[in-house]
Amino acid sequence: MLSVAPTRRSRRVRSRSRATFGSVLGELLLTAGVVVLLFVAWQVWIGDIIIDAQKNAEGAATIREWAEAPAPDPPPLVEDANGRAQYAMPILPHPADAERFAIMRIPRFGDDYAKDIAGGTSRARTLDHIGIGLYTDSKMPGEVGNFSLAGHRTTWGKPFNKLDKLRVNDAIVVETPAGWYTYRFRTLEYVKPTQVDVLADVPQMPAQQTGERYITLTACSPLYSLAERIVAYGVFEGFQPRSEGPPASLAKVDVAPPSAEGAP
Amino acid sequence: MYAALWRLLPGPWWVRLLILLVVAATVLYGLFFYVFPWVSPYVSPGEVDLS
Repeated sequence: MLSVAPTRRSRRVRSRSRATFGSVLGELLLTAGVVVLLFVAWQVWIGDIIIDAQKNAEGAATIREWAEAPAPDPPPLVEDANGRAQYAMPILPHPADAERFAIMRIPRFGDDYAKDIAGGTSRARTLDHIGIGLYTDSKMPGEVGNFSLAGHRTTWGKPFNKLDKLRVNDAIVVETPAGWYTYRFRTLEYVKPTQVDVLADVPQMPAQQTGERYITLTACSPLYSLAERIVAYGVFEGFQPRSEGPPASLAKVDVAPPSAEGAP
Repeated sequence: MYAALWRLLPGPWWVRLLILLVVAATVLYGLFFYVFPWVSPYVSPGEVDLS
């Protein structure tokens, strides 16, 4: 028993030895290493979860605000070229840089997917902190020509992460205070970042005019790379004024459809 | 450094542990919500649109 006490005391004394320069430096370096690993985890995973949820919540709040405000009178009905009655759609003015003007809703990306769309496609002012950006020369929703948008495929809440999961005829709905502009997804394309012809009024045909209304969504490709761009095209289906309530195109879809393998 | 911090904290071991957990959570919050979003554009610059 007597021999135990000194051993214990000596151990305690050793554990209370003063920190040396080397031990402090070592602990600082270990801490820095942990912070760098945390940053990587944030950049490719945790940050997206946080920012995606924040942006969807912002979009949902805006949608609620618009829903609670008195609905504007529906625009007059006019006959289109095929003799069908259509609403004369309100065409929004082109927004200023970083000015929010609409909410993007894509049921394939989830029931709660609601991302702000704002003017400009710079990362610093629009894409990082707001979400989806409108190309400077873009047409506006419902306008003849190409309504063209850019977004992040990875990081910053990755609003366009699942562009490659879109299926033909999936709804791409642009919600504004006036109502809903529905586009239908048609096809994907992969291009070089300099191939701006995909933003033309008729995508890839800058000299042409068809009188059609298109939507073009662009993001980075491959994942985590800036080497190429993925481009998703859609065509306009119709406008539904707010007074008529949400369009059928917003109906919930199976977010994770069974894989195509084994399908007929 | 961390050993000194542990000795500086008051109370029994579980109080010290609780204090450190709260401090760690605060540091994580600050990193995830303020520091990392600010650092990110410097770590991965480059525009993602077409031009």
